Order: sequence, then C-alpha cells, then structure tokens
Amino acid sequence: MKDILHELEERRKDARLGGGQRRIDSQHKKGKLTARERIELLLDEDSFEEFDMFKAHRCTEFGMDADKPAGDGVVTGWGTINGRMVYVFSQDFTVFGGSLSETHAEKICKIMDMAVQNGAPVIGLNDSGGARIQEGVASLAGYADVFQRNIMASGVVPQISVIMGPCAGGAVYSPAMTDFIFMVKDSSYMFVTGPDVVKTVTNEHVTAEELGGAITHTRKSSVADGAFENDVEAMIEVRRLVDFLPLNNREKPPVRPFFDAPDRIEESLDTLIPENPNQPYDMKELILKIGDEGDFYEIQEDYAKNIITGFIRLEGQTVGVVANQPMVLAGCLDIDSSRKAARFVRFCDAFEIPILTFVDVPGFLPGTSQEYGGVIKHGAKLLFAYGEATVPKVTVITRKAYGGAYDVMASKHLRGDFNYAWPTAQIAVMGAKGAVEILYRSELDDPEKIAKRTQDYEDRFANPFVAAEKGFIDEVIQPRSTRRRVARAFASLRNKKLTNPWKKHDNIPL
Amino acid sequence: MFNKILIANRGEIACRVIKTARKMGIQTVAIYSDADKQALHVKMADEAVHIGPPPANQSYIVIDKVMDAIRETGAQAVHPGYGFLSENSKFAEALEAEGVAFVGPPKGAIKAMGDKITSKKIAQEAGVSTVPGYMGLIEDADEAVKISNEIGYPVMIKASAGGGGKGMRIAWTDEEAREGFQSSKNEAANSFGDDRIFIEKFVTQPRHIEIQVLCDAHGNGVYLGERECSIQRRNQKVVEEAPSPFLDEATRKAMGEQAVALAKAVGYTSAGTVEFIVDGSKNFYFLEMNTRLQVEHPVTELITGVDLVEQMIRVANGEPLSMTQDDVKLTGWAIENRLYAEDPYRGFLPSIGRLTRYRPPAEIAAGPLLVNDKWQGKAPSGAAAVRNDTGVFEGGEISMYYDPMIAKLCTWAPTREQAIEAMRVALDSFEVEGIGHNLPFLSAVMDHPKFISGDMTTAFIAEEYPEGFEGVTLDEDDLRRVAAAAAAMYRVAEIRRTRVSGRMDNHERHVGSEWVVLLQGHSFPVTVEADHDGSTVVFKDGGKLRITSDWTPGDSLARLDIDGEPLVLKVGKATGGYRLRTRGADLKVQVFSPRQAELAALMPEKLPPDTSKMLLCPMPGLVVKVDVEVGQEVQEGQALCTIEAMKMENILRAEKKAIVTKINAGAGDSLAVDEVIMEFE
Repeated sequence: MKDILHELEERRKDARLGGGQRRIDSQHKKGKLTARERIELLLDEDSFEEFDMFKAHRCTEFGMDADKPAGDGVVTGWGTINGRMVYVFSQDFTVFGGSLSETHAEKICKIMDMAVQNGAPVIGLNDSGGARIQEGVASLAGYADVFQRNIMASGVVPQISVIMGPCAGGAVYSPAMTDFIFMVKDSSYMFVTGPDVVKTVTNEHVTAEELGGAITHTRKSSVADGAFENDVEAMIEVRRLVDFLPLNNREKPPVRPFFDAPDRIEESLDTLIPENPNQPYDMKELILKIGDEGDFYEIQEDYAKNIITGFIRLEGQTVGVVANQPMVLAGCLDIDSSRKAARFVRFCDAFEIPILTFVDVPGFLPGTSQEYGGVIKHGAKLLFAYGEATVPKVTVITRKAYGGAYDVMASKHLRGDFNYAWPTAQIAVMGAKGAVEILYRSELDDPEKIAKRTQDYEDRFANPFVAAEKGFIDEVIQPRSTRRRVARAFASLRNKKLTNPWKKHDNIPL
Repeated sequence: MFNKILIANRGEIACRVIKTARKMGIQTVAIYSDADKQALHVKMADEAVHIGPPPANQSYIVIDKVMDAIRETGAQAVHPGYGFLSENSKFAEALEAEGVAFVGPPKGAIKAMGDKITSKKIAQEAGVSTVPGYMGLIEDADEAVKISNEIGYPVMIKASAGGGGKGMRIAWTDEEAREGFQSSKNEAANSFGDDRIFIEKFVTQPRHIEIQVLCDAHGNGVYLGERECSIQRRNQKVVEEAPSPFLDEATRKAMGEQAVALAKAVGYTSAGTVEFIVDGSKNFYFLEMNTRLQVEHPVTELITGVDLVEQMIRVANGEPLSMTQDDVKLTGWAIENRLYAEDPYRGFLPSIGRLTRYRPPAEIAAGPLLVNDKWQGKAPSGAAAVRNDTGVFEGGEISMYYDPMIAKLCTWAPTREQAIEAMRVALDSFEVEGIGHNLPFLSAVMDHPKFISGDMTTAFIAEEYPEGFEGVTLDEDDLRRVAAAAAAMYRVAEIRRTRVSGRMDNHERHVGSEWVVLLQGHSFPVTVEADHDGSTVVFKDGGKLRITSDWTPGDSLARLDIDGEPLVLKVGKATGGYRLRTRGADLKVQVFSPRQAELAALMPEKLPPDTSKMLLCPMPGLVVKVDVEVGQEVQEGQALCTIEAMKMENILRAEKKAIVTKINAGAGDSLAVDEVIMEFE
C-alpha cells in the first residue's frame, strides 16, 4: 500500500517538472515563469485543484510515442481568487514548446465546459509555439474545439486571456474571442502571421515586437486591453480585475466592504470645468473622485484615448464607466473610440454591470479618413450597444453634448435611467458658431449681427435647462455632490428589471 | 478704527490680512484680476472688485485702478501686502491725496529706503554698521591695495557695471588685491565697456539675518527679534526661522537697536524689516530695509505673540504702540517653509495647472500667539503649533501670472529641535497633487545635518545641492519603519479583499502573516502579528516594530504610530503594493508573499530606456515648429524645435553633435512631459 502511495507522489513530482529542469531554467532565463508558477501567483495560496495531471498525447508519428510527458503541455484546473472560484489553464512552454495537441485541447475544453456549467470565469495563460505539427489536422481540430467553447461561453462566464509568451497563427483566435486580453511587456507577442512570412509576402521588414508586441496591441491594434511589466505583476493585476467581475451572467456584480462615504462631497469638482468652453480638462479626475477610494481599473488605457472605459466601485459594488476625454481630440467620437466603448458597454450589459456615463462630446470627428473608414457603422455600434443594454444606466453630462453624439452617449432616449447634467452642460444640435452660420447665412458678412446671434444662441442653448424643460435631463445637479447623486441613483436601480423582446440574437452593425 | 479696509494684493497675503481685519471687526475689500475670479482671497473678503486682465501690470499694480476700487467701495484704509504696490511711494501719495490711510510707512521713508545708495548713507549716518567699502573711483593697483588694507582683508573687488560674477575678484592679500584689480578692470572693460571698479569688505560665511521693527507715529519703536533667512535659492528665500540659531543676546540687542535707530532716522512708522548680512564672527552689516510686511513675518508672530498686521492697522489708525521694548519677549522657536509650485526634480521649473488635490496639515494653535489671543482662525491647541498661510484651494488653478508661492507652512515649539520635528510631520501630512511642488525638497532640508545643526550660510542650497535635487534616499532605520508600515497596511487591504461577495463558503482565502517587503533595493522578510489595537511587525533578521494607525484601505494619507514615533505616509497606488512618499523620498513599495517574492526575484530588472540619444519634451506644451529634418547633422547648441508652454516659446537645442534619425512630433502637436520629440544617432 505504501508503495502505491509513494508511486503517486513520484508520478506527481515527475508531472510537476513538465519539460524538465533544464527547460525550466531556460524559461526563467527568458524572464518568464513556468505554467505552474504562474498558477501559484494567480490563485489563492494552496487553492489550486488540478485536472488531468497525467493526461498524455496519443500521437505516434515522427517518433512521438517515445516521448509522452504527463500533462501534455498544459496545466488545467480550478482554484479561487480571494475565495471566488475560477477555472484556469496555463500552457507549459517547457513541454513541446507549449504546442497544442488534440489532448492538450481536450484538457482546455474540459475545464471550459465545467466553467460554463458551474458558472465561474475562465482564465487562460497563453505561452505556446502554436499547433503540434506532428499531429496535423488533429491539432487544428483541437483549436476549433476550443474556439467553439469560447463562443458558447461568451456572455455566460467572463473569459480572460493573458498572453505570456508566443501566441501566433490559429492560436490567436481563442484569446481573440475572450472578453479581455492582457499581455506581458517584452516577453509576449501575438500575430496571425510572423515576421518571416510578412517579409516573404509583403517585403516588409518588421520585428516580432513591432509586429505583435504589447505596445503594438495596446496602442495600435487594440487587440490587447492592457499590458504589464512582468509575469508577477500580470498575475497581481488579473486578480485585481477578477475582484471587479461577476462570476457569471446569472450573478450580480461583486460587492465588498468599502471605506469611502457614498455621500462624500468633492468641492473641487465645482471648478473642474474651465471657463473657456474650448479648454480641455482631465475627465479622469472626475472618475477618480467619484469612485470608491479612487480605485479605477482602466480597460484599453492606451487606445482611442478620447474615450475612457473601465471599472470603479460605488458603495463597494462594481460599476462600468464610459467617459469622453476632452484632453484628447476634444473628446469627440470617432471610429476607434466608438468601437472601444461599444465593446465595453456590451461586456457590462452581458454581465449585469451597471453603466455610468460621463458626457463631454462635441460630436463625431469629421473627415474623409473617418467616412471612408465607415464611421457611420462604427459609431452605430456604440449607439446600438447603449440602446440594447438593459442594465442600470446613469449618465452625467458635464459640458458639451452636441448633435448625434448626444443621442449616442447613453441619452434619455436610449432608455437612460438617470440622466443628470451639471449646470455647465450645453445640450444642443451643435456649437453656437456652427448653428448661427447655418441659421443666419444671409447675415454672415455682418460680424456684429453674427456676434449678437451667436450670443443669443449661447444664452438660449448653452445650458442644460432647455433639455431639462423637456424632461430629457432628469435633474441638474451640483458637480460637488455627483458621487452622492450617482451612488443613490444606482442604489435605487438595484432591482431594475428590463427585458428586450425575444430574438435569436440581434444584428449589431459589425 | 476703520470700518472698511481694502487689500491691494492677492494670494496668501491677502487672505492673511483679511483674517486679522475680520478679527478686528473691519470689513474687507478684495481686488482681483481675470485670473483670480475664483481665488480664495475673493471668496474670503466681504466685497471684491474686479480690476482688469491677469498680468499684474494691467491690474494689481495699476494705481488708478486700485484707486477706483477704493472710491467704489468707500474703503478708508489700504493694506498693500508685500510686492505689487507695497513699496511704491506714488501709491502712498495717491492715497494721501484721497485721504485714505496707507497701512505702511510714510512715503518719505519708502523713498529713502527704496534707493540702495541713499539707504546705505542714511544707515551710516544713523550709526548702523554697513559693509566697509570704497565707493569712489580707484585710480590704480597701488590705490586698490591701500584701500584694501583700510577695509581689511578679505575684500571683494567689483566692477561697478558688473553682474553674474564677471569682473569680480576676492582678495586675501596685497598681492591678490593687486592682481584682482587688474583682471577685474580688464574684464569689466571687455564685458561691460565700463572699467570703473570699487572695493568692499568680503563677508565670509554670510548669513542673512533680518530684524523686525515696529514703529508708531508718536516716536515709539521696538524691534521684535530677528529672522534667519539664510536658506535661499537664487535669492529666493525658502526656509526661515526665528530666532536665529546663530545670534547671541548681545548681537541681537546691537542689531535690534541699530535697526530701530535707522527706522527712527527716516521717520518710519508701521512694520518694517532691516536686513543684515552676518559673517562667521558675528559681524553684521546693513543690507537694506524693506518698508513693508515681509513674507516671512509669521515666524516673528509665532515667537512674540504679536499680530503684525493688527499692529500695522492700529499704527495706520494713529494709535500709539501698546508695547515697549521690555514687553517684547521671544518664546520658543518658529520655522517657516515656503511651498512653491516648482518642480524640484526639474531644476525647480515653475509648474502651473489645476490643484487636483490640496490638503494642508491641520492647523494647531500653540505658543505666544495662542497665549496672547492673537491666533488667526480656528485651530485646536496643542504642544506644538502648525500654521499654514495659504491663498489656494483644492480645485483651484495655479496660474503663470503670479508668484509661484502657494503656501507658507509654519511650526512653533518650545525648542528648535521640536519645531523641526513638528515641521517634518506637517510636511509629510501636506497633500498636493496636480502640479509640481517643492515639498520633497523642503523635507530634505529639514533632515539635512547642516540645517539641523543650524550651521548654514546663504550658500547652503548651492553648496549642498550643486546638481539640483534628486530626491531623498532613506536610511535603513527609516526604511524599516516604512517597510513595517507597508506590510501592516497591505495585510489589512488584502483581508478586505477576501470579504468580497460570491466567495466559496468554507473555502475562503486565508491571508497569511508572512510577507516580504521590497523597497529602494532592499528586501525585508517580516511577520505581521495583528491584534485588536494594531500590529507588531517582526523582522526576520531581528528587531520588531509596533504599529498602530487609523488608516483604512484607500486613504491617501496614513498616519501611523511606530514604537511611539509618528510616521506619516502619502499613499498612492502601485501594483502589488503602494507608492509611498515620506521625508522627501518617493518609494515604490511592493509587499509580496514569500512565494511571490521568490518568483519576483526571477523577473528581469527592466532598465529605463536610454534617453541620452533622444530629445524629450521638458514641459507640457505645443510644438510651434521643428527646425530640423531626419538625416540632418546638427551641431551642439543648434535649435531643434520650439515648444510653446505657458505662452512662452522655448527653443530646445542640441546638447551635442548628432544626426537626427527620427522625428516623432510636428508643428501643432501637443506633447506631454518626457514625450520623445526626436531621436539621434
């Protein structure tokens, strides 16, 4: 009996070594941790329960039957993050370069099926050279099996991908369909085709880092939602994100004890809006002063900075924030910002996370590059996302809300629950100058008359009261009491029930 | 007494005057420019009059506009504060003509003391010690040697037209005097086209010490002790204290009596300051007299219990002084630190913008001002006093138009040591965000051995920080205190995280007591033993610290008690820990479990990118133009690019010969600090 117990321990020991000490050392030399070390950091201490530790591949081609390491290049299982259950798979680069075989895929599929069934997020730690070439189409089938599960799990449980090494070719499409992708700076890259193929086909010379590194994907392509300094910090920050997310779509967002009075008054917000309406200000200051303890988890911080998206807490509970950023492109909407915000709004709606919107938008960005790029359909994504969302929606217009962009930004007309405006708000079809030029075209050569008309227009429309008279604004509020007003608004919406008509699915303008 | 007084100033001094006027039951009128519509002094005053556009020469110092404001509001007296019109005899004249009282000296005294040469002459006549020197023209080197001997070595040989150290020599012997005269003369002729030379006593180990005088219109005058203002940066005072750690009673008395004699000689009334330069042997020489309230007057108030603004108003109202010299008692020690909107890490460049956070330490009343019932505003009493004279508020704007000083933080305590300690805690408790500021630098000065010993000269900053200020490195003891605090705080924050909803019953996370704290290149393995009152942090390598605090996660300021000693930390967010600022140090602190620490040690250290071959934007601003192209070879000193910031055009030049390899910005781009403008090879 004792021998049998001993043998189990020996087998476990062997499995835990993955591709062996030499490869582990090499992984460390590259500044990367092993699959198991990453799991240790991701999950609460001693909470990991492993599946399929001894699962091995079934390939016999190319002499593969001689080498059947336990676990087959991926560590899978479940554990907890601050006591809340998550499923995790972590690819082991020390075993066949983390390549995906049929059995490797089966392991991932197993925990994904359980995650959906048991209502817990899936976190994938990607570090893989790609398909297991020796297995041929079986490996491709494995990818597709994972893809299908990503699709089925989408909107049911949160899916988070962390790219911690190579992720190329078909492998990119599984992370691509998850809710969030994070990367580790300098040690991860993602692309469909690598630098060598790029060079052959298009004659472009580009490094892997330039083509698909963390900087590229957080700033240019928007494929990644954030990037971290190293493996340790990445795991710490993913834990922090999970603290904000519900475990599944049947659950309310998490609540935790908080040390910040919901009725905290911020007098400095009374002077946030500069006197000159064309002068920018930092919308992040407002977000940080409204949220509990100034804690803000920003999503896509480095991309389309004219709109800000991320999570805060109010009274300890997660709220998604979308806000125009006047510091960048005057806060206008364009293709990139619309796409960024639309995806964020849909994530929140899918997981019952209430949405707080701060509006200071002068309109859509004009220009051929925007029109040729299809700003009509991309802008419509955000409009669509807000309109279909049934979660509690609270909107505060701080300054400009002009034209169609006013409608888009979680207006009353898109079933906004609470639509507040600061006294500095200007809700109009356009700015005074533009409006007067259209309305009084015949007087354009008389600057005095035009100045008077402009002033008249400003007096009439450069305020929130015209909209308030019509009930499009529920209340004009003092900037200083915004936290209290917004917190109370969400408190009153805790039991909100709103259902869209039955449909197979909608047809958002993709 | 006056019913209404107008304060012809702005910022902290306007607020300061308003406080006393209010206490005396006098109505106050503020004036303000466009840039100050929302300013604190406007909010505090009973009335406020707008007087023009932001630049001071179109508003605050336009006599006609101030006179209009006086007429409009019917103010009976004007307090000018410091700067602006405070030493403008024409303004005093205009007020006199209008029959409005000027809260300051008579115009004659302003005029007499406003001119350096006249004032020195008057001082000499009044028996005030002045720097010995020869003002006439010096014919040749022999005469220079003769004069030098009369004055006594060391002497300074200076070009009349000189400046910036040019045409200036210090001589300790006849030989040096002879040589110095010749070379100064040549240099002066070459540089200024004016070879006139004069010689004066060279003051070694100079200290700037000034005497506060107070005179009424009835011939009474007293001196209220001295202020030591040796800690200056380019003639801008940074730290002041009263009394001076250097003076003895006899010198104080001699300086004080001479100062009063000078004041009487010019028929001075109101509060004034006689500035002296004092050498290492306590010889003192008259520099100049400031005919107004000084910026650093609070330290005098704190040790004498006299409200100088109140005295000025009473004197202006014709009242005789209510005190004699015998009544003036100096009690305890007061220190003032000037908080400037200047970034110490960037050569003290002025910093403007929105004060997103401004939380001064709580004021505490103590000392003579409290005893005499002259304390301004409400503050609980304590053993040491904390006073903050300020003109700004959270959410306010620091504009480019005025002085970058935003607050004067003062402490008073029975001894100098205690006053310094109170100042350290007060500085650590001062939260300022949104702009660059010199709080870390002030903290560094308060911990500097030379300052602590009181052994400083006016060259203190230039000598101790020749390369500028690069932040503070904490010593091991302080690091341990910070590490212990971080561990105890982090543990509390982690426990809170485990209280989130949706967790698996009976399988909750257990937060451990073993931690490894990493900061400033050190690693401290500790055990945190928590109980109901606080935590005991046991260091693996020996020693333990007991910590109590009311800090809760998210608080941006942590006040801790560590083994009975206070520690105040500004707490910012950082992955796996905090950004902690204390005592002028800015630390990234990570608190890891032992396993996390073990794995973190495997992570490569990422060096900051080499920026020596890049042109970085030195300030937030707008690119006006780029003067070079990719591939171009540039020479040292060649203009590369023009950045407009604070409405000023700044030309950025090549530091060395190089070839431009990449240009990342074009005209019209708005850049943040440290954004890469171009790269070189």
